[in-house]
Amino acid sequence: MYAGIVGNDSSATAPGEAMSQIVVVDYGMGNLRSVDKAIEHVLADNQHVKISSDAAEIASADRVVFPGQGAARDCMKNLNERGLDQVVLQAAREKPFLGICMGMQVLLRHSQENDGVDCLNLYAGEVRAFADESLREQMEHLKIPHMGWNEVAQKQSHPLWHDIKDGSRFYFVHSYYVDVEDAGLVAGTTEYGIEFVSVIARDNVFAAQFHPEKSAHDGLQLLKNFCRWNGEA
Amino acid sequence: MALAKRIIPCLDVDNGRVVKGVQFVDIRDAGDPVEVARRYDAEGADEITFLDITASSDDRETIVHVVEHVANEVFIPLTVGGGIRTVDDVRRMLHAGADKVAINTAAVFNPDFVREASDRVGSQCIVVAIDAKQVDADGKPTDEATGRWQLFTHGGRKPTGLDAIDWAKKMVDYGAGEILLTSMDRDGTKIGFDLALTRAISDAVSVPVIASGGVGNLQHLADGVLKGGADAVLAASIFHFAEYSIHEAKEYMAAQGIEMRL
Repeated sequence: MYAGIVGNDSSATAPGEAMSQIVVVDYGMGNLRSVDKAIEHVLADNQHVKISSDAAEIASADRVVFPGQGAARDCMKNLNERGLDQVVLQAAREKPFLGICMGMQVLLRHSQENDGVDCLNLYAGEVRAFADESLREQMEHLKIPHMGWNEVAQKQSHPLWHDIKDGSRFYFVHSYYVDVEDAGLVAGTTEYGIEFVSVIARDNVFAAQFHPEKSAHDGLQLLKNFCRWNGEA
Repeated sequence: MALAKRIIPCLDVDNGRVVKGVQFVDIRDAGDPVEVARRYDAEGADEITFLDITASSDDRETIVHVVEHVANEVFIPLTVGGGIRTVDDVRRMLHAGADKVAINTAAVFNPDFVREASDRVGSQCIVVAIDAKQVDADGKPTDEATGRWQLFTHGGRKPTGLDAIDWAKKMVDYGAGEILLTSMDRDGTKIGFDLALTRAISDAVSVPVIASGGVGNLQHLADGVLKGGADAVLAASIFHFAEYSIHEAKEYMAAQGIEMRL
């Protein structure tokens, strides 16, 4: 199964080069096993993936995956308490960086979840609730959380979309969505009552609201693309 | 362009093995949860649910290994139910690679468990399973369409006196992120979902509802969505015995205008 997706093709680096380390940031927010195993499935020969909460390991990684689930306040609290906020921000400024779900949301300035939480402020924008009063008409008859397989319209050509058809479905589960100020960040959108931003990308950062590690073939393809991406958009 | 309705095959697992005879001619070991899960994923299953029916609590640990093995190789959402009684049980399942856990009987005896679990791991991981039977005004099971259902436990044998719709609302207030609704009147009958029940619960709660119990053909699946208002449909035997493939079911539902992941 997943034919053609499995790694072991050494295309990421030339033979003889040193092992390349991918770190999945562990800050106590949910299960990282699936992310780790999915990446393991698509690694190139000279790559290695590791779950880590160690700032030095994150800082020295070649690629960083920043997942997350749960509530925004716990997320920020855990990051700050573990002293990982700055090292995550630094990684997002300099190396191939993949945010997943809550790991995308906290890249923004602020979230409305839990009565308001200040986030990492890498990008200007607000994380908003589908259940917000202002969306009552659009969300009528729609269940929250937005849970299941929905289509992602690709809004930028990007190396991480390689071999993934525009409009492919990915697995989502969330009650909040990102509202970025700079439209240039938008790399994918999805419709659920409203059209919301489901993927942002800039320079070495790609971040998705959906879970590639739970999105079967296309999700693995995206992770494979990330493992082979040099961080240039 | 919208969220797809989901098809969820359900596997009964006893002491680490798939039971209730999954029958695929091209599968080497139909009792192996990993092989069966892979097969369903390849057919386009949107999620997979494992129901642990292991009787002995000594053997409960085996389901954890099942989840680990499946999650290592199958990259779609996994739900595990059966014998989940403590927050520690919930955590162990999620840590093993499950995305959601289904809580059934434990919620009835201790509703605060649902609140505690959803506070700790997030509502999106907590499915509350509701087994309902149609009852008359006195709370006695009936075949007549009364528009009234009660929550039952122990495979539909023990009444609880709790109204199923009120219970579903309460569980959502307590933090359930999804409701797995099984009609115990229809379970195993192959005559279709209890659509009135499905509609009543689906209209009553703000979270997604999975319809279960009674699927015998593909029209039943479509009706669960079109008439019952379900967000997802769960079935076991029609897929296990390869009467229909999941892909076939999805094509059939899509032809009736239902948004599906094809």
